Parts: sequence; structure tokens; C-alpha cells
Amino acid sequence: MRFLFLLFLLAALPAFALDKAAVEKLATGEGDERAEAIAALVAEGDPKAAAFLQAVAEGEVQSVEQKGVRRVLVIKGGQATDAVTGEKVDPVPEGAEDVVANNRLRKEIEGALAALRLLAPESEARLAAAKELANGADAAMLPLVKKALAKETDAQVKSLLELTAASMEMKGGSKEERVAAIRRLAQSSSPNSRTLLAEAAGDPDADIKAEAQKALREVQGSLAWGERAGLLFAGISLGSILLLAALGLAITYGLMGVINMAHGELIMIGAYTTYGVQMLFRKTSFFDWYLLAAVPASFVVAALVGVVLERVVIRWLYGRPLETLLATWGISLMLIQSVRTIFGAQNVQVENPNFMSGGVQVFQGVVFPWSRIWIILFAALVLIGMWALLTRTRLGLFIRGVTQNRDMASCVGVPTARVDMWAFGLGSGIAGLAGCALSQLGNVGPDLGQSYIVDSFMVVVFGGVGQLAGTVYAALVLGFANKFLESISGAVIAKIAVLVFIIFFIQRRPQGLFAVKGRAIEA
Amino acid sequence: MTRLYGPKGWALIALMGLALFVAFPILSLQVPGDSPWHVSQYWVTLVGKIMCYAIVALAMDLIWGYAGILSLGHGLFFALGGYAMGMYLMRQIGREGQYQSDLPDFMVFLDWKDYPWHWWNTDQFWWALLLVVLVPGLLALVFGFFAFRSRVKGVYFSIITQALTFAAMLAFFRNAMGFGGNNGFTDFKRILGLPITTPETRMVLFAFTGLTLILTLLLARWIVTSKFGRVLTAIRDAETRVAFCGYNTVHYKLAIFVLSAVICGIAGALYVPQVGIINPSEMSPANSIEIAIWVAVGGRGSLAGAIIGAGAVNGAKSFFTQVFPEYWLYALGLIFILVTLFLPRGIVGLIAGIREKLK
Repeated sequence: MRFLFLLFLLAALPAFALDKAAVEKLATGEGDERAEAIAALVAEGDPKAAAFLQAVAEGEVQSVEQKGVRRVLVIKGGQATDAVTGEKVDPVPEGAEDVVANNRLRKEIEGALAALRLLAPESEARLAAAKELANGADAAMLPLVKKALAKETDAQVKSLLELTAASMEMKGGSKEERVAAIRRLAQSSSPNSRTLLAEAAGDPDADIKAEAQKALREVQGSLAWGERAGLLFAGISLGSILLLAALGLAITYGLMGVINMAHGELIMIGAYTTYGVQMLFRKTSFFDWYLLAAVPASFVVAALVGVVLERVVIRWLYGRPLETLLATWGISLMLIQSVRTIFGAQNVQVENPNFMSGGVQVFQGVVFPWSRIWIILFAALVLIGMWALLTRTRLGLFIRGVTQNRDMASCVGVPTARVDMWAFGLGSGIAGLAGCALSQLGNVGPDLGQSYIVDSFMVVVFGGVGQLAGTVYAALVLGFANKFLESISGAVIAKIAVLVFIIFFIQRRPQGLFAVKGRAIEA
Repeated sequence: MTRLYGPKGWALIALMGLALFVAFPILSLQVPGDSPWHVSQYWVTLVGKIMCYAIVALAMDLIWGYAGILSLGHGLFFALGGYAMGMYLMRQIGREGQYQSDLPDFMVFLDWKDYPWHWWNTDQFWWALLLVVLVPGLLALVFGFFAFRSRVKGVYFSIITQALTFAAMLAFFRNAMGFGGNNGFTDFKRILGLPITTPETRMVLFAFTGLTLILTLLLARWIVTSKFGRVLTAIRDAETRVAFCGYNTVHYKLAIFVLSAVICGIAGALYVPQVGIINPSEMSPANSIEIAIWVAVGGRGSLAGAIIGAGAVNGAKSFFTQVFPEYWLYALGLIFILVTLFLPRGIVGLIAGIREKLK
């Protein structure tokens, strides 16, 4: 508003002079006439025109006829000034009528003001204006855009403006201009030019039609690649998140057979631990490195909670899966409520370190955020770590031994009870790591775990219980399937479709994608 | 009939009927509001609600306690019955909605011009009753057929029924489903032309719920004491052996699953007019698990236990949520853990144990 006020001060100077015919046409004309008038007013890039247009949009302009002469007045705080000359008019003449700005006029004025801002000295302001114009501007702004284009030095703004100019020329302009504009649009790969070209492809003129159809194919081709890459990335990203959420469960449920309904809450505990570590680092200068501390911290905290749960509750329920389900559900309720008591029911905000913010632009309009790229890498690292632990260490050997045959393992001296405890701690710790990763993607709240529990079980069951490789494939397949369906039908339907698919899948293959081969009739 | 219960059992049921059909209506409608004996509307609604839950608990006990199948889809069947009744109640609002339209408010809001196909005939009470029974029944029949045929059992069955419930909840949250989205159905005005909020109508609904509860109890008792019920118990304890004896276990499990789902649907239909609202959160996975805990608290494999459990947990819930709202989840969580660890046979088992000792 201060800026506008300055403009008004400028407007009050005697040297003020706007195109009289245009001002009058804007004040009294109809529809298209007014659009032309706006174009004429801004063509020179005069800042005073901006002030006047703003006044029209805000309904502060009146027109009056005095002695056969029409005067257009800007009324501001009871003061009237002549819109053309900028002179003060005192007293305010009687019988002045409001110049009514309807929605169409307001929209046109907005476009015109954006076009005027193209001439601003700051490149950010110009970029913002160019973006505004790129989303559909009136063709009448073309002279001003061309003028701005001639002066523009910033490459990003320039390319945007070129596109805008081309799309404007396509609407108006001679046949040659339009063909040239279509060719220029063919080079770009933005959804806007696709819409424009699709319109032009239905043009009555055969040449333009042919040219536009050719250009449309090119644009669609490059857009499709962008979309495919985006979809692929989104699928891998969701897959990696599902994998992180399900890996811990693959140990506690898949290997040990414990139905841990509190798994989601262990994820939540990991996320809150990350939040706590972040708060500790907030005041220090090495804030960007807090994740280095948060990753082990979230593992340890969640693992400790897991070990306590195993010792206190779960170990009494081995071999009674349905009871375990109920007891762990009870645990999850208590964990949710205690987090609510400690941290409050509201979500907390975990700030990303600098290297996690921003992203890589792969195609126009397709950005891979750094946070998601890091989480994919993190999931891969956790997976490798877990694989190494299970296949290369003594604990891993014991865990596998107890899974395969508890009695026999016990006979040869494996301390099965302690192995159970460590295995459950490991699974819980990995859930904590998942929480640490999830805290980087969205809000952290007491209900965080609830939204992942069903998904995690689906992944483990789909992959085949007791099969780590199955869990990995299942997470990726479900991630892709979800994102692919989402691009067709929207998020909720996609989710429902995936759930229904899994339900049917389990009925066909109750043992999951990768079944353990064996002769047991019944567990 | 004497086969079902001994004289003590029948006496108890008669007492229950006396309390529900004589004492409650008199104390609520005839006794003046300032008398200490007066039963307020709050209590009528609360006890009515708990009786609906007790019916659900009986259904759950039939399938979990006697057949050993833990279904986490009972919340869904309950909500489906509720929605079927809710559709009829929405039609009964008529033009008294916010927008004074023939269509329910949420449809006007979505700019729909006509009822979607699944609302066909829902202004007929008999059709609503049919839907209450058929929708949960058919869903359970189809779902159960595929699940039991491919020998999905134990925890797997629990998990896929949970997935089904979760998927249904997501679907019902969508406005496009034509079930009012997030808000579901509410602001009911009439049932069978009678205003739904008057004490008299509520008492009639209350009595019907009580009658349904008693009939469900007798039906369940008849089932579990019959040969069919014994086969179910045998399936729970050693399914493979039963199959080797020549019984087709799929049929038995399917029959009890469908029956259980239908009972849940009826309970849902009784619940909605008394509580005055139905929305998709009734289908949240947490609700279905809670049903299991009612049964576990009362005592699995005991019909009286199911009713006692539903009453005890929900009584505690309404007490806690009024007096210490922030501690209810702790209490509920503790109930889950303590009951599974220390009371595998629930309250009924505890009482039986104490009696044994006293002898």
C-alpha cells in the first residue's frame, strides 16, 4: 500500500498526463472498448497508469459530465483529482457516477498491472510478474511484453516472457506471426503451451492447424517424458518410505511372528526423538548436522522402548498371535496418549537441514526434492545394514536359527529368550529410523504411526512373511502401483484399489509373493 | 426351550426383561424429572447405546470366542447397517433440511440433481430393513467365501479384514460415494413419521434394542448348544482334525461369519436413530479392535461374558471421558494389556475361578 501511496504522490505532480481518450473510454466504455483502453494506458509503461488502474479496480473512480465536458475523477479520502491531468478538483462535483469495475475488468487490470511490473528493477519482482502473466494474460498486453522482452537481461525471466509473448501472438497476430509463435511454443515443454497448442490444433486455417498439431505432438512427447520420470521417482520414493516403515515389522512379525500393532507408534517415537534432537541443536551453529545425531538417537530410543515392551508384555504371549495383537494395540494406545501428554496433541514441526531443502529440476515442472532423494538413499543404507547384520553376524545367525527352529536352536545352546529380545529391539530400532526419515517429509504428530500401521502390515504380508527380499519387492511394487493409480484416479481411490488388490492377492496366495517352501500344514 | 438355560438363567433373563421393558420406561416417562428415581434422557441413550454394543459383542463372541476367528471387520458391518438405516432416516427429513430441498443437504451442497442409484427405494422402511440385513450379510458371504476357501486364517484373516475396513472407511470419506463424506448422516427428524427426539420415541427404540439383545442372546445360546456350535468349537480348537473327520469347515465358518455380520448390521441400525449420527469414523480400524476387547474383558467363549464386557468397557469409557478425559486411552490400553496377560478368560473366568476356590 505504501508503494501505491507513493504512486499517488507522483500522480499529484503537475506534469501528470495520461491519454485522455483512453481514460474516458475506460471510465464510460463497455467490454472490449475498456480492454483496449487498458492496453493503451499501459503501453508506455507509465507508473501513473498503474495507480489509475488500481484506483479503478478498487472502485475509487467516478465520472461526471460538466458543461458538456466529461471529467474522470479519482476520489481518495474525500479528495478528488482529475485522472487525466492530475489536478485537484475542489469541491467534488455533484452528480458524479461510480465507474463500476466488474470481474472481467478487474482481471484485465490485474494482468495489466503484472505487465507493468515486468519493468520493475528487481529481477525477483519481474520473475513473479512473468509467472503471473504466463498463466494466461490478455493478448492486449503484447506490446508491453515485447518492450519488456527487449530490455530483459535475466535468462529465466526472458524464457518465460518469450513463451508468454508466443502464446499472445498465437491468439491475435497475423498468420505468419501465429505460425512462428507455434514453432517457438513447440520448443517448450510446459503444460500451458500444451493447452494453447491443443486449442490452436482446432483452428479453421489448415496451415495453422497442421503446424499446431505437429508442435503439439512434440510438446506432448517431451511432457510425457517428464511425467514418466516424475512418476518413476514418486513410485521409488513412496516405495522407499513403505520399505522403511515395513522393514522393522519384517523382523518382528516376519521373522519372530509377533503381531506388533504398536509398530506404528515406534515409528512415531523415532520421529519425536528426531524432533527432540533438533530442538537441542537449534541454538547451535552446526544445526545442519543434527541428523547425524538424530539417526542413532532415534534408533536407540525406539529400540529401548521395544526391548522394554518385549520383556514386560510380549514375551508372555509368544505363540498366541491374536492375544499379542490385542495387547500390542493396548500398548499403542498408551504410547499415543503419553506422547500427547508430553508434547501436546498438536503436530510439531521438524525443520529440514539445509542440504535437504530444495530439489533438482530434471524437466520443466518436474522437481525431485532433495529430502526424498536422501530418504531413498537412507532406505537403501538401512536395508544393506540389516542384510549384513542378519547374514554376517552371530546375532543374525541366531535370529535366523531361532526363526527356523526354535527348539533345535535352544538345544544347541542358543539363548532363545535373549535372542528374541535383541531381535525385537532391532525391529523396533529400525522403526525408529523410519520415524526419523518420515519426520523430514511432513508433520510429526501423535497419530503419525496410525497412518502407517495398515500399510506396513500390507507390505510384509504381500511380500511373504519371513522373507526380507519379499518385503523389498512388495514395498517397491506397492509404491509404484499406488503412484501409478494415483496419476489416473486420484489419491484416495488409488489407496483403496491397492488395499482391495492386496485383499484379493492374499486370498489367491495366502503365503505372499515369495513363499517359504515347506511341508507344514499348519503353523 | 428349557434346554437353553437352567431355571436360574431364565430367571436372570426375565429380570433383565423386567428392568428394560417395565422399570426403565416407568422411571423415565412416568416419574417426574425432579424425583431421585427419574432416569434422564442421557441414561436412556447411554444404556441404549451400550445394548447395541452388547449385541455386537455377542456377534463377535460367536465368531471369535466360539469359532476362533478374530474378525476386525465387525466395525464395518456395524457401520453398514447404520448407514442403511441412516439413508432411510435422511429421506424422512423431507424438505426440512437447511436448503428446503427434496434431496438431503449434502447432495444439494454437491449440486446433485437426483438421488444416486444406491438410494433407490430407501424411502421405504421395509427396504431399509432389508438393506440392514442384506448388505453386511452379502459382503460377509462374498468376502468370507473367498477368504475361507483359500484357507486364510488366524492373524492373516484379522489383517485382511482390517484392510477391508480401512479401505471402506477411505471410500466412505469420499463425497462422491453419496454417503455424506466426512460428516456422514445426521440431523434426523423422524422415524416412521414419528418425531425422533421425543422421549416416547426414544423409549420405543430403547425397548426394541433391549428386545433384540435378548433375542440375539437366545439365538446365540441356541447356536452354541447345538451340534453346529460344537463343530464350531472343534474348529476353533483343531481345525485340521475336524476337516479330517469329514466336516467341510469352510461352510461352518462361512455360516457363522455371515450370521455374525448380519447381527452387527442390525445393531448398527438400532444404534443410529438413538445416537443421531453415523459417519465413516465408525469404520476406523480402532473401533473394530475395541469390539474384540469388549469380548476379551467379559470372557471369550461365554455369551454372558460378551454382554458384561461390552457393558463394563463402555461404562468405564463414558465415566472416564467425562471425569478424566485424558486418561481414558491409558485405561483402555491397560485393559487391553492386563486382560490378555492375566485374564485370558475375562471377568466371567475370574468369577468362576473365585467360586472354585471358595468351594
